Amino acid sequence: MRIGLFIPCYVDAFEPQVGIATLELLERLGLTVEYPFDQTCCGQPMTNTGCHAEAAATEALFVKNFSRYDYVVCPSGSCAHQVRFHLDAIPQTEAVTAVRAKTFELVEFLHDVLNIDAFPWAAFPHKVSLHNNCNALRGLKIASMSELNTPAFSKPRRLLEKVRGLEFVEIARPDECCGFGGTFSVFEEGVSARMGQDKVRDHVQAGAEYVTSSDSSCMIHQQGCAARAKIPLKFIHIAQILNGAMA
Amino acid sequence: MSEGNGARDSKMLHPELGDANGQGGAKLQHAEGASKNLQSRRREAQPSGAVIRGDRPVDQSEAANRFMAAPEHAKIHDERLWDLREKRDRQMHGIPEWEELRTLASEIKEHALTRLDHYLELFERNALANGIQLHWAKDAAEHNQIVLGIVRRHDAKRLIKSKSMLTEECGFREFMQTEGVEIIETDLGERIQQLDDEAPSHVVVPAVHKLRGDVAQVFAKTLGSDEDNDDPAYLAERQREATRPLILSAGIGMTGANFLVAESGGVVVCTNEGNADLSANIPPVHIVSAGIEKVIPRLDDLAVFIRLLSRSALGSPITQYTSHFRGPRLGGEMHVVLVDNGRSTRLGMEKFWTSLKCIRCGACMNTCPVFRRSGGLSYGATYAGPIGMIINPTFDPHKYSRLPFSSTLNGSCTNVCPVKINIHEQIAAWRQVMSETHEMPMMKKAMMAAAGRLLAQPALYRVAIAAADSALKHLPRFAVYNRLNSWGRQRELPAPPAETFHAWYKRNRGARK
Repeated sequence: MRIGLFIPCYVDAFEPQVGIATLELLERLGLTVEYPFDQTCCGQPMTNTGCHAEAAATEALFVKNFSRYDYVVCPSGSCAHQVRFHLDAIPQTEAVTAVRAKTFELVEFLHDVLNIDAFPWAAFPHKVSLHNNCNALRGLKIASMSELNTPAFSKPRRLLEKVRGLEFVEIARPDECCGFGGTFSVFEEGVSARMGQDKVRDHVQAGAEYVTSSDSSCMIHQQGCAARAKIPLKFIHIAQILNGAMA
Repeated sequence: MSEGNGARDSKMLHPELGDANGQGGAKLQHAEGASKNLQSRRREAQPSGAVIRGDRPVDQSEAANRFMAAPEHAKIHDERLWDLREKRDRQMHGIPEWEELRTLASEIKEHALTRLDHYLELFERNALANGIQLHWAKDAAEHNQIVLGIVRRHDAKRLIKSKSMLTEECGFREFMQTEGVEIIETDLGERIQQLDDEAPSHVVVPAVHKLRGDVAQVFAKTLGSDEDNDDPAYLAERQREATRPLILSAGIGMTGANFLVAESGGVVVCTNEGNADLSANIPPVHIVSAGIEKVIPRLDDLAVFIRLLSRSALGSPITQYTSHFRGPRLGGEMHVVLVDNGRSTRLGMEKFWTSLKCIRCGACMNTCPVFRRSGGLSYGATYAGPIGMIINPTFDPHKYSRLPFSSTLNGSCTNVCPVKINIHEQIAAWRQVMSETHEMPMMKKAMMAAAGRLLAQPALYRVAIAAADSALKHLPRFAVYNRLNSWGRQRELPAPPAETFHAWYKRNRGARK
């Protein structure tokens, strides 16, 4: 099984340790992982802003980079969601639909494709608040949603439950968006920042030492809000915890 | 209005602001979002809504920023509406078949909307047989003229009405005022808004953006109540004393309609205050204004919607009053005005027609994190919040061209919608329409085009990333955190790492494969 590692642009630029943890974790599980050098982005910044035509060339590049793999794995639900549900500014050839169908967010891939149920190397003796990105939650459905009357489940939680010492804390508004929202975070800065501040406050009041998520974008935003308010809340990607990061 | 002390301490997002008690007054736990009152010596002025400059695009975020700059209003608004969302969730968990009900409601609406001509004609036949006088209005102006004609025929000077978003859409109150007809709103929240000369900020709780102190000021100015007494019971009583005589002597009564039942030719109106019944039953003439999308096939179908409506809206099992009007009272007159006003055009819009399924419960507003922090008046349109973002552009795509961007596309609105409108997907689809029809600011469009070009060229992209990282590392703070960088106004930028993942991989995993 050949895995193409897709590292979102903001992870590449700001959170390389998340990419490294994802790579190491997949290798630890015995997989052959390659990082295609010519990758840039999934096209979401443009699509999210309504500029689909402007995303076409980026989408074509994505398909070109990742066609040769059995699976494409990405440490971001938001980007995986973009590829699977919105990569449609280019003609839907067989190559395009194939790439879209085989692109997975890391948690989904571990949980649904590999069925991993143990991370014996991982320990994280801390109080952790789990944040689900909205596209990962309501788009990829990595967990049940508080708005729906459906049986409760959470794929990231099921994985994190295998980590020794990790203790979950529960926030008051678990599925409330943190306000990142892609280009929303800069074009609608006021509401975005307020939502982020409220989210950080919710984590703190729940007694969290760490916030974890399968999406770095939400965490970069929340961390920015926490840092400005000088709140010593720590943020760590789920890949780092599962890969055995000892904090 | 009630500002009961209902939110639990553990759920308070801003405990440092809330040193609260119930402050007395009746608590309508089932009917209003609870929130704690703030103790404040100086009264915080109520923020006004979006600035309207003719047909120029409404700037929702500007108005939202002003709303958030009033901390008491912002906090209580958020908590009241979140409380409604939590109550909704509790009601939902009491109904095991909730998701099936939503599917059924959606299917009934889609069935009716795709056979709208048939069901409207069936409704017309049955309504006429019941003795109702039926009118068809193609737009707001026709609606207003039809109602004015009825008012003139009866030589009426005063019209009482219950809350109706359709009449807001038609600019009905303003029109009738210019014609010299006095309009009295009978819904308390809507009456507050009328007295304050403001539009409703929410489809179900129209004055939810106001604090009790704001209401005290409005009533002091318009009804002569004590400005310093903001006790809800006192305020409600003063309003009642002032308005009851006007209601009792009105010549015409008007209501909206929640549902039109085709098989019975009847109209169904849901309220908590019983005010629609006052409007319908006290004056000798009852006029119903209804959008054509309100028709449902059968009385049996109504049960599905009644189970969903109030649970979704306010988190109560049912509204206090579910009133069925099937014909005129003995010696009275009943009219139904069926209004299109853009609905048949919307029905023909491939991506947006399902917005006509909306039953105006407001659940999407209550759950929307942007709406809760912005206030409904920030949208500068008849319909606020998520549903407004997808309906308003059908009326005026230029004026409301920016509204679809006031969303994080988080999807919670879609999940709470009792008729399963894919609201957040339609918001995204409107963004694409705005981009493709040149309704997007040039600067934004140019930024996106530049990003698209850069992200399609790996070599250039690598150079740009290196330059940006270097800028973050080496520029002094004042150069990075300035007013041009909106990210940095209230947030820190992430610290630039020693190297990108790309560089790390190259260094550690060898050459290009």
